[in-house]
Amino acid sequence: MTEPGGKTVQKNYLNADYSIKSWLFTLDHKRIGILYLLTICVFFAIGGTMAALIRLELLTPKSDFFTSDTYNKLFTLHGVILIFFFLIPSIPAFLGNFLIPLMIGARDVAFPRLNLFSWYIFTLGGLIAFGALVVGGVDTGWTFYTPYSSSFAQTAVTATVAAAFIAGFSSIFTGLNFIVTIHKMRAPGMTWYRLPLFVWAHYATSVIMVLGTPVVAITLFLVGLERVLGIGIFDPAKGGDPILFQHLFWFYSHPAVYIMILPAMGVISELITCFSHRKIFGYEFVAYSSIAIAIIGFLVWGHHLFTSGQSRFASIVFSFLTFLVAIPSAVKIFNWTATLYKGRVRFESPMLFALGFIGLFTIGGLTGLYLASLGMDIPLQDTYFVVAHFHYIMVGGAIMGFLGGLHFWWPKITGRMYPEAFGKLSALVVFIGFNLTFLPQFILGYLGMPRRYASYPEEWQVLHVLSSAGASILTVGYLITATYLIWSVFCGEKAPANPWGAKGLEWQTATPPIPDNFEHRPIVREEAYAYEENVKGAA
Amino acid sequence: MTTHQEAIEHHPDELELGHQFEDIEQQTEAYTVGMWVFLVTEIMFFGGLFAAYIVYRALYPEIWYAAHEKLDKVLGGVNTAVLLTSSFTMALAVRSAMLNRWKAQVSYLLATMAFAITFLVIKYFEYKEKFEHHLFPGPNFNFGDPGVPNDKAQMFFNLYFAMTGLHGAHVLIGVIVMIALVIRTINMRNQRQDFIPVELAGLYWHFVDIVWIFLFPLLYLIGR
Repeated sequence: MTEPGGKTVQKNYLNADYSIKSWLFTLDHKRIGILYLLTICVFFAIGGTMAALIRLELLTPKSDFFTSDTYNKLFTLHGVILIFFFLIPSIPAFLGNFLIPLMIGARDVAFPRLNLFSWYIFTLGGLIAFGALVVGGVDTGWTFYTPYSSSFAQTAVTATVAAAFIAGFSSIFTGLNFIVTIHKMRAPGMTWYRLPLFVWAHYATSVIMVLGTPVVAITLFLVGLERVLGIGIFDPAKGGDPILFQHLFWFYSHPAVYIMILPAMGVISELITCFSHRKIFGYEFVAYSSIAIAIIGFLVWGHHLFTSGQSRFASIVFSFLTFLVAIPSAVKIFNWTATLYKGRVRFESPMLFALGFIGLFTIGGLTGLYLASLGMDIPLQDTYFVVAHFHYIMVGGAIMGFLGGLHFWWPKITGRMYPEAFGKLSALVVFIGFNLTFLPQFILGYLGMPRRYASYPEEWQVLHVLSSAGASILTVGYLITATYLIWSVFCGEKAPANPWGAKGLEWQTATPPIPDNFEHRPIVREEAYAYEENVKGAA
Repeated sequence: MTTHQEAIEHHPDELELGHQFEDIEQQTEAYTVGMWVFLVTEIMFFGGLFAAYIVYRALYPEIWYAAHEKLDKVLGGVNTAVLLTSSFTMALAVRSAMLNRWKAQVSYLLATMAFAITFLVIKYFEYKEKFEHHLFPGPNFNFGDPGVPNDKAQMFFNLYFAMTGLHGAHVLIGVIVMIALVIRTINMRNQRQDFIPVELAGLYWHFVDIVWIFLFPLLYLIGR
């Protein structure tokens, strides 16, 4: 496929220079990806701890561990940190940054300085969010609904909104960088229809980042202005319209769900083809379904406003459009399943995560159809049914994709293999823990348990205890993963250039990649995923 | 950087090429696409405010008509002319850069900067007048017309200050960019210069101009 660049080279991007300065001022997309990985892992740990505290409080019907105020602050920062500072940047900023230039045969992203700058403002945003936590927390929920957030909340809303605003620019610049890189930096022969589906998914994601994030930025800016200067754009007491905030907020924040899930889908496409050892079924359909999800995703925000008093006509249109998103999502699921069919499937740990993704995303997606139905949404609005649904998409989908991708490219990134048996164990524990946590929440929501409550009637305790038990198992799963991955960096066996027998340019270069990515500029001469089929004994 | 400096001195015709690019053509295209994508994000950024404007103007049409009468159409009109002229001098600066006439480029950039600062000064007097008449959003807001509800009239001025304020911030950033370009051009006067930075700044400046072309009629010329 490419000129041989895989000869064992001593110098790579990790050992090129060991100084702290060389990391903090690096322009290498691979190092910036690692910086993101470290930062988001810290955020994940903190957001996850808050989730654990929430589940601790919900063990008993009464609010006995925390006051309601503290509980409100807990779930707000849980949401803010995990959405704005983990889920949205996780795969794009870490794996996307690391892999896109490698996958398209480029030396770096188009704007390396902007890339580094993005990491700095992202980290700055995260620090401000923690600052808000230290000075007293926020209790508005991650959605910052006005007029409570703009005129009434006595907590550090302004700082948190500023943190999300700043982190938003990191997202915008990352998206901009990816779009230009994918358009202008592809190696000779790397046509659009030879791009790995991971790159297609990130292209669609970048479009959402570039078009959606500025809208939420200006919206949060207005909330900030309203708090600081007392202007009343969203405050009904001053003639403002709080529904306008919801429209503007969800215009970004619904597509943001696809910022979280599309990159994971890109990862899954890579994993499914590699571990089935087959060309993906319907390449163009999978590629275009990413674009379709990005486009339709912009037209469905109104389904968050079904109970807000928007016109019935608008609700019907938004309901219809929401159903429409199911089509490209289902196209992907069907194509992955068709790829598995008659493939020589190997159940390595990345593949287990990928299969877990397919199961969990399917459940999350199908329950989304319940919520898209106007009649069903009225009783289910703001119940645990919604909580379970979006956790199935965002945790079951995005985090399974993240972990699958992390395991798959771990040897390429670190140059070390992780212990495979532990990888499989972790995939299993996370899958079981996840389902035990969130399946009971569907039932709770169906029974009427509202979200954001620290206390509940006693008859629901069994389901809550099950859910909290699941959360403990999930935590154990994450801790196992973190432990053996960190262990493998220092003690794992050295990884070969292509441990999975995968196709794709990133596997053609040295492990870990050299600072310039490739010794010679690669020339692409075949389609993506050109696995030899029906050959026995490979891998 | 020294090796790079030496390289330029040895080959005065070589343009600066980033390590990530294969050739100058690729670099030029990447920068241009990047700038256009950035401008798209800027359109979306202002888009939220325009959406708010549309909603409130539809909700309170008469109040908006009454409120817009308090804006100074003459000063707004003069500012429109100033900004349009600055767009013209910016285009000339880009042309001079393409023809490698560094002195002309510097003078046109300075002219554009002068217009931009004039715009901001006029804006300052407009804002000052609004402050003096309690037309600034906040607790002291007083529209001063018993026939018009105070809070709804305030909504107009909320958006007026948010939109023109954000636009003014963009003008200010433009001035800073031009200062940087002037310094860069003078420092590199003896070398062959890449005109792409000036061209991209030009795109940005035309964008700032276009936003004002929308703001002026929407805020100052309602019902005319």
